[in-house]
Amino acid sequence: MYQEIILEHYRRPLHAGLREPFDAQVQHVNPTCGDEVTLRVSLNGADGDPALADVSYEALGCSISQASASVMADMIIGKTVGEAMAISEEFLKLMQSRGEAEPDESVLGDAVAFEGVSKYPSRIKCALLGWMAWKDATARALGERAGTAVAAGHNGDREQS
Amino acid sequence: MTAQREMISGDVTTGAAVAPVGRAPLDVEAVRRDFPILGRAVRGGNDLIYLDSGATSQKPRQVLDAERDYYTTRNAAPHRGAHLLGEEATDAYENSRARIAAFLHASPGEIVFTKSATESVNLVAYAMSNAATFGPEARRFAVGPGDEVLVTEAEHHANLVPWQQLCERTGATLRWFGVRPDGRLDLSNADELINSRTKLVAVTHQSNVTGVVPPVAEIAAAAHAHGALVVADGAQSVPHQPVDVTRLGADFLVFSGHKMLGPSGIGVLWARRELLEAMPPFITGGSMIEVVRMEGSTFLPPPARFEAGVPAAAQAVGLAAACDYLDALGMSNVAAHEEALTAHALKALSGMSGVRVLGPLDTDHRGGAVSFVVDGIHPHDVGQVLDELGIAVRTGHHCAWPLHRALGAQASTRATFYVYNSLDEVDALADGIRQAQEFFGGESAGAA
Repeated sequence: MYQEIILEHYRRPLHAGLREPFDAQVQHVNPTCGDEVTLRVSLNGADGDPALADVSYEALGCSISQASASVMADMIIGKTVGEAMAISEEFLKLMQSRGEAEPDESVLGDAVAFEGVSKYPSRIKCALLGWMAWKDATARALGERAGTAVAAGHNGDREQS
Repeated sequence: MTAQREMISGDVTTGAAVAPVGRAPLDVEAVRRDFPILGRAVRGGNDLIYLDSGATSQKPRQVLDAERDYYTTRNAAPHRGAHLLGEEATDAYENSRARIAAFLHASPGEIVFTKSATESVNLVAYAMSNAATFGPEARRFAVGPGDEVLVTEAEHHANLVPWQQLCERTGATLRWFGVRPDGRLDLSNADELINSRTKLVAVTHQSNVTGVVPPVAEIAAAAHAHGALVVADGAQSVPHQPVDVTRLGADFLVFSGHKMLGPSGIGVLWARRELLEAMPPFITGGSMIEVVRMEGSTFLPPPARFEAGVPAAAQAVGLAAACDYLDALGMSNVAAHEEALTAHALKALSGMSGVRVLGPLDTDHRGGAVSFVVDGIHPHDVGQVLDELGIAVRTGHHCAWPLHRALGAQASTRATFYVYNSLDEVDALADGIRQAQEFFGGESAGAA
């Protein structure tokens, strides 16, 4: 489970820290262990499929949750929301695979290292914490743009600040 | 408050009935043979080292057999039906109540079966919110604006959130004792916190995180001087130390069956009989009523008033068998055995660099929950490494989030001990922590 790549991201997380400017900020908590992540999203570019100008975060948690947030930020910054959402869906599928998936490295990049986590149901939430926060923040940022209050995507573990 | 240590029930340090010097209080190998699950292998083919009894205990064959025997020979709905099985089921259920009462030095009429310690706390909390509309006898339980409910920062969420909610429903004010850096309650402002506005004090009888055994009798005496009621959370004390409700000081004691070798799905509320007689019901429905008319209903005397629905008779029988099992070992021996394990663990862990134990480092008024933080390694990761070695521990905040905040820990890893644990298993825990340090160590890691 603890691939070297996970330990690397854990020890030296990429894109960590909260930065300005941002369009939306969320705080998500894993209530079973108290792990938390505060995450900001900054969008720019075309109205149709805006790009992620920045994803910044502050994570307090285990190696899996911190490394996952680091890998995620590194993969999706600069991508369009649509592209990032596709990666996110693929990652969710991997996490729900119970170790039976053959992850597509061309889509998931470093995130394939989390394959082993899917065999440990109690740790899947750790790996997903950052991703769920990102989805929520992005939905809010898009809602702001559209000038409407958008109900964020469902996430059973979400706790808004 | 003046110290009344001799008043504290279940003093884990007295060890009155401990076996002669030089002999261990329990024959762990013999005990282990009674627990089938301890024979199974876990990850990597390792033997199971179960250090999570604070969450739920394992079950001896005697408890499993008692439940099975009930289902195979006497199963029926107690207190209903005119048939033989119904009578035998009723006897089995009520005899179990009497057995559990004897375990606590209580009367059977003071034992209410619930599904858990959590439900027992909620029963009292909802009885209090129902009191305002239940006639003059129940008025003493009513709380409202200007009244205070006093808890502690050390509580399990089960003995905290129901009181927060009671205050929100009624307008009463929630107040709390803080904890000192060593995890013991800060009672320095007790004279101010316990006052004429205090209607109820809810306090743990043994912390599920630090193992601290607060001076419940001393707190209760101060509360009673102001006419307040006292609830003791015995979820971690009743399984692990001798508890005598006549010496406890509290008016209510709650605990769960599954943490004391019994089945899941059964809990207990003990309360002084005169309180139960005046308390409004919480859950209503069948088997707790006296007369039902379309216009309204009257209710049975306790404990039936608090046991709506077909009761968990097999679980009650199993819990009574657990009391038999524990009494055969001797609760003083159980406490002495756990004290030895705890002392060994505290010595091993407090001597390790990079490991901080939450709670007292001695076994004085301290039970066998040893929670700790490993510098630079998140509890999830510590727990994962231990799991790979076959060692089952709890990680997270253990349903005591405010206590973790007060002790400056985001989360912790917790080992809890019971009758089937050995000193070797404590050594394996210490070795496992060292392996986690080696695995994640070397470089400064990012986690707190």
